[in-house]
Amino acid sequence: MTFELWTSLIAGQPALSILVWVSGLIVVMYVARQPVHQIILTLVRSVRNTLRLMAQSVMLAEKQLRNRNREVLLAQGQEHAERSIEREFQRVETLVNRDLSGYPSLQRDLKEQITRIDEDYTQSGEVPPKPPEWLKAIDAVAKIPDNGSSVVGKILSDIHNTLRKSLLKSTQEYRRANRERHVLLKKMMPYWRSLTNSLNSVEKKITGLEQRAAIIDSQMQTYEEIRQQADFSERLLSSSSMTQFFISGLALCLALVGMYVNFQLVALPMEEMVGASSYLGSSSIRASDVAALFIISVEVILGLFLMESVGVTRLFPIINLLDDNKRKAIFWIMLTFLFVFAGIEASLAYMRDMLAADREALSQLLTGADVTEPALRWIPSVGQMVMGFTLPFVLAFVAIPLESFIYSFRTVSGLFAVWLLHMLVVLIRFVGSVIYGIGRTLINAYDLVIFIPLKLENSLKRKPNSVLKESSEEPIEIKNETELSEDNSSYIDELKEK
Amino acid sequence: MKRIFLSLGFSLAVVLVLLVGCSEPRSKRAVYVLVDTSGTYSQQFEKVQGVMRYMLGTLLPGESLALARIDSESFSEKDIVARMSFDLRPSMANAQKRAFLESVEKFGAGISPSKYTDITGGILQAIEYLNETKANEKYILIFSDLKEDVKQDQVRDFPINFNGIHAVAINVTKLQSDNNDPREYQQRLDAWATRVEQGNGTWKMINDLNRLEVIWD
Repeated sequence: MTFELWTSLIAGQPALSILVWVSGLIVVMYVARQPVHQIILTLVRSVRNTLRLMAQSVMLAEKQLRNRNREVLLAQGQEHAERSIEREFQRVETLVNRDLSGYPSLQRDLKEQITRIDEDYTQSGEVPPKPPEWLKAIDAVAKIPDNGSSVVGKILSDIHNTLRKSLLKSTQEYRRANRERHVLLKKMMPYWRSLTNSLNSVEKKITGLEQRAAIIDSQMQTYEEIRQQADFSERLLSSSSMTQFFISGLALCLALVGMYVNFQLVALPMEEMVGASSYLGSSSIRASDVAALFIISVEVILGLFLMESVGVTRLFPIINLLDDNKRKAIFWIMLTFLFVFAGIEASLAYMRDMLAADREALSQLLTGADVTEPALRWIPSVGQMVMGFTLPFVLAFVAIPLESFIYSFRTVSGLFAVWLLHMLVVLIRFVGSVIYGIGRTLINAYDLVIFIPLKLENSLKRKPNSVLKESSEEPIEIKNETELSEDNSSYIDELKEK
Repeated sequence: MKRIFLSLGFSLAVVLVLLVGCSEPRSKRAVYVLVDTSGTYSQQFEKVQGVMRYMLGTLLPGESLALARIDSESFSEKDIVARMSFDLRPSMANAQKRAFLESVEKFGAGISPSKYTDITGGILQAIEYLNETKANEKYILIFSDLKEDVKQDQVRDFPINFNGIHAVAINVTKLQSDNNDPREYQQRLDAWATRVEQGNGTWKMINDLNRLEVIWD
């Protein structure tokens, strides 16, 4: 019917009819060109501006989230640095309490040793023997000429002998004194050595303290950088957080495998306690499975509290704020419970082995085979018991990766959300650009349809003094990106203020 | 507090995942095995023992099993050889299964052929027992040639309400008369199938004793 309308305008001339229709349409389109262009442009501009506003809002949200992540990251980093510094100070305190508490006694020892050495040294001082007083008189007598008198010669000879005896006695006395000095000096040696050892010990302690001080200095520097909210610190913490996330995630996966093994050890014997065909309400969840999971969950929770009471993790601030005695009490209570549960698990593991053996024996009986006891059956029994006993303690350490995972998950999820928002911004902008491009293409396609009258118009415009030159028709002005954004700048500013 | 909730939420998620992964569909089965002791069937008891062994190996704690003979007057408690609802504890259930097997072997040693074959009476007794077990899935395993031969004063030609019970005929042997006219065999099977299905039950026949798992399909 429609096609007939197009071909039946001039009877018997369908092609001419279509030509007339098309010509008319082109004329109408040419006349309506400017308003149509404006409608298309207004439409695509409004859509694009709306999308740009959306993108701005999302960008703002992204920025806020980024700032929030930064705050969280820096706060976590600050807390971590505080904990590290606190720990270092605790170590220094321990060092000081352990080593330097004995410093007064050490000082006293040193003083005593020095005094003894001093006394010995004083005693070992060499005092030259004084010459006898009568030596000058003898010297004078010895200078008396003998004049050939035998009496004088005898006297002089006696004097000589007396002098020799006195000299010999003095020499012996001098040697004895020297020997005593040497003995005294020999006695000083252990004191010297002891003194040297004491000083070496002091030096080592001082060196240990110096090393600790250097570590504290380094950590304080990191802490200061975090407090100053340096970009470097943020990048460092972010990278560390990602690493922690993956490592703790891996550790938790391994812990889950451990929990599964534990579950397998406990689930079968639990059937003996709660029944093999008991289900939870009307669900298809077996009561024995739930009981086994409950035991494992309790063990994990005991481990959490144990680690918390020791101060390894800080998931529960209430426990951390308790005084040391109460925390110690919690530690011992949790450890006792953990031992009890480990014992229960070991016995359940043994029961599991017995049940498996019983089941195996029944199967052999039902198949008509001779029931035989396999050799070295005790090995898997003992193995299962050991596993049952040790796994609760292993699971207790899940608290450490769990804490890391929770802390790092917050950061990583924040980073992921920022990335998502960023991708949303990119997508919105892309869609806006595509819509604007479609609008421009539509305008060009429109002009392509009416290219004949447009060509005529252009050729008429080129003629000087043409009447058409004074036509009020103006080229369509398409605002560029900057102008478009300026249109909405006031609105964006308002949004930012909000 | 947020940390506590986070850690608890994580633990709960782990528990739920494990619960879903480890749970099994809930079902409770009860099986009643009827053994024809007439004629040549009394000499095929080793096949019954094979089926009973399979049942004892397959049934779980909490499920029920009974063995009864089909003789001249089968609608009677005295024809039940052994019946047992297994304990919920696996160790106790295993001990019960051993005891059940002993009863089966004892019965097989002292079996004597009966003059008549009251299959309907046996089925009625089985239905009564199975309904008492409150099981979700109820099975009657009929070890017979399905040729009913009752006393003249016994009324057995009436519809039976099977109440969703699965009737499974095992090792249905062909009689000499079936060899003369094989249509008789088929007619006999069809008659039983119709009777069971009209009584709101299901009918199945298994002649290959190596494929007993088909019973549960």
